[in-house]
Amino acid sequence: MDHLGRMGFSEAQADLLEVATSFCREKSPVEKARKLLDDEKGYDPAVWNEIVALGWLGIAIPEEYDGAGLGLAEVAPVIEQMGRRLLAGPFCSSTLAAQALLAGGTEEQRKTFLPQIIAGEIATLALSEESGDWSLVHLKARAERAGDKFSLSGVKNFVWDASAARWIIASVLYEGEPALVMIECGALPDGALRREVIIDETRRSYELKLDGVDVPASALLDPAKARAALAHIHLAANLLAAAEMVGGTQAVIDYTIDYLQTRKQFGKLIGAYQGLKHPTVNAFTQYEQARSHLYAAAHCFNEQGTGEIATRMAKAEADKALSYAADRAIQFHGGFGFTYECDAQLYRRRAIWHASQYGDAAYHRRKLAELIL
Amino acid sequence: MKHDGVLMGKVDQQELAEFAKQADAWFAENTPGDPGFMLPLSFLEVGTDQQFEFLRDWQRKVYEAGYLGAAWPTDYGGGGLDQAFQDAATEAMRRHKGPIMLNAIGLNWAGPLLLDMGAEAEKSKHLKNILSAEDIWCQGFSEPDNGSDLGNAQLTAVRDGGDYVLNGSKIWTTLGNYAKYMILLARTNKDAPNKYAGLSFFLAPMTVAGVETHPIRKISGEYGFTQTFFTDARIPAGCLMGEEGQGWLIALRTLEYERGARGGQAGGYIMTPIDVASVVDLAKEMKRDGAPAIEDPLVRDKLVEFIIEGQALDLCDQRGRIAPLVQDRPMALPLSAKLMWSEFAQRLTAFAMSLTGAKGGYYVGEPNAVERGLWTRSYLNSFAATIGGGTSEIQRNIIAEHVLGLPKG
Ligand SMILES: Cc1cc2nc3c(=O)[nH]c(=O)nc-3n(C[C@H](O)[C@H](O)[C@H](O)COP(=O)(O)OP(=O)(O)OC[C@H]3O[C@@H](n4cnc5c(N)ncnc54)[C@H](O)[C@@H]3O)c2cc1C
Repeated sequence: MDHLGRMGFSEAQADLLEVATSFCREKSPVEKARKLLDDEKGYDPAVWNEIVALGWLGIAIPEEYDGAGLGLAEVAPVIEQMGRRLLAGPFCSSTLAAQALLAGGTEEQRKTFLPQIIAGEIATLALSEESGDWSLVHLKARAERAGDKFSLSGVKNFVWDASAARWIIASVLYEGEPALVMIECGALPDGALRREVIIDETRRSYELKLDGVDVPASALLDPAKARAALAHIHLAANLLAAAEMVGGTQAVIDYTIDYLQTRKQFGKLIGAYQGLKHPTVNAFTQYEQARSHLYAAAHCFNEQGTGEIATRMAKAEADKALSYAADRAIQFHGGFGFTYECDAQLYRRRAIWHASQYGDAAYHRRKLAELIL
Repeated sequence: MKHDGVLMGKVDQQELAEFAKQADAWFAENTPGDPGFMLPLSFLEVGTDQQFEFLRDWQRKVYEAGYLGAAWPTDYGGGGLDQAFQDAATEAMRRHKGPIMLNAIGLNWAGPLLLDMGAEAEKSKHLKNILSAEDIWCQGFSEPDNGSDLGNAQLTAVRDGGDYVLNGSKIWTTLGNYAKYMILLARTNKDAPNKYAGLSFFLAPMTVAGVETHPIRKISGEYGFTQTFFTDARIPAGCLMGEEGQGWLIALRTLEYERGARGGQAGGYIMTPIDVASVVDLAKEMKRDGAPAIEDPLVRDKLVEFIIEGQALDLCDQRGRIAPLVQDRPMALPLSAKLMWSEFAQRLTAFAMSLTGAKGGYYVGEPNAVERGLWTRSYLNSFAATIGGGTSEIQRNIIAEHVLGLPKG
């Protein structure tokens, strides 16, 4: 059992944690998060502009492309706090698209697109397909060479934030191998995007039809790096998901505690009953463990071997922690807990969503068994 | 600037590295091999004189080499070094799988308590002899009728001239039959305004007339604790720690040391560390349907779960030292540690037992038993930690009320 992660925390992480904590609390009170559920766009453009102005899109991008030259370790506390406040927007999408360019793009593409992403142009990924397989390399969508263009075909699913995006980076089979292509959304035919109905209503996700879409030859990311880039994105997405879930776990536990401290039955505050008190403590200790895994994964993310192990552990534990805490939150609110009005559902839905994207706890444990046993 | 979350302020890193190297060499050379009889898994199951003498000699030897109490003040027999030095020595002890430290209650709760709140005379009298295992200490808190509800303790201490006269009984007294001193919670005032205010704390000698210990056999078949009877036992009034009526306060502080919520312990470890890696090894050796158990997908999933959880405990320990990552509820990790590891150890050892297949039915003494019955014995003894030192249920109450702010039951 070598290659287990270690805890570590940089000054930049500490600074970002502090700033993000107050920013997200201020900008995304739960009433506002709720209002955005019904909004077609799903996020507040003014808040997005502030996020851009804070430079957060560039945190994990090297200085040569106008970024801050830090890493995903420093993005983690920001997303943790966003998750805690259910702050909506395309931050994860753009961050992951930038990672795709860093890991799989040509130098020309990085130079062109990364500074624009940092400046607030939105980019997203189209990696999943109808099969629902978490593997990112078993693909049906294709790219065929047609003169100086590629013509694309097939369908991609779970394309987050696509209608707000300027670019979509899609995975396709090209000459029998997975490849990544960058699609300009402006060039998509009418009806190419369809909003999907998803469990987490704080987010937006789309189906993308590639049939009839052509992209220039320059849109192909470096084919030699495609597999490595997909592996990198898989881990990066799981790290960010773990961060968002850990933040959410803290919030839903706090929300439950609040109710346990105010609701009375049989003349007593319900929090005095151990049937509620002890499971709440169990949820809390799971949260503490998941948070430790998160920050170890963030710290070790770039280490060969260790990064993958720590990240899979973090996602598996975050899934377990948020699912359990939100599940108990519903139960402990009684009839009110069963309503749309109770915030417990927001977190339970979010847990279901994250378990569905890039692998749930059991899937990551299965991968870990191959890595550590 | 990255750092690994360890405060490295005043410690001379070169000196520390040199010390760690010497400690490593010392334990490599001096750690005893198999003594030819079964050693207890923890300080809780010291049941024979042979075990006792062996462990007492070992503790003395470690202390004299400078690897126990390295961070206690030199005035009281300690090494006067930074805690990082003691941690390095403990690490070396663990690496070489040294036997446990015997005088657990002295080293880990009575000692730090004395350093923290003791009078000068008490510190000079007791601390060095705790380190050298000259004086074994025990803890007289629980009573037959008052365990979790410790504040209701009823053993009485009545002032009579220059003495206190003790009457009543304590139970589950670990090391009771070997101890020379007891940290004792007793009732000095039956008419106090509430049950807590009538309690006082004593550093009581066990060697006076009227103190009797009756060993109690444990679930595992081993011995290690006693019921302790006090019948008109006279102890000098100077044994009172602090003042009359301060007993509850001092007892609470003691429990913080016992549960590891507060630092200052002398070092070493008092329980054989349980280690997921050895359960993984066990899964490689044992067979299921003719193949190594580790090839069974369900076994693999369980093992991974245990590895993740064991790793979480280590990481929580590390995170506890990084202030910005514990600021929302600073007491959460210290107050949760005992609950988390004791429950984990219980589930892990139960799983290890099941891995041994039919041989899970063997026990200590059976030559065919896997690792001399280690896993079954470990599982049975794991309840020591989920019950002793405050049960898991009580720990959950404490976390709920003191960390999460939930109402009292
Ligand atoms: C191996 C071992 C060594 C020990 N060594 C020592 C020692 O050296 N010195 C010493 O003083 N004591 C020692 N103890 C005693 C230990 O501290 C007590 O056993 C423990 O505090 C529980 O008290 P009890 O046994 O009276 O159980 P009880 O308090 O009677 O508890 C019975 C059950 O009720 C539950 N319970 C009780 N109150 C509540 C509540 N409010 N909410 C929910 N559940 C509750 C408990 O969790 C438990 O499951 C030792 C115990 C063990 C097992």
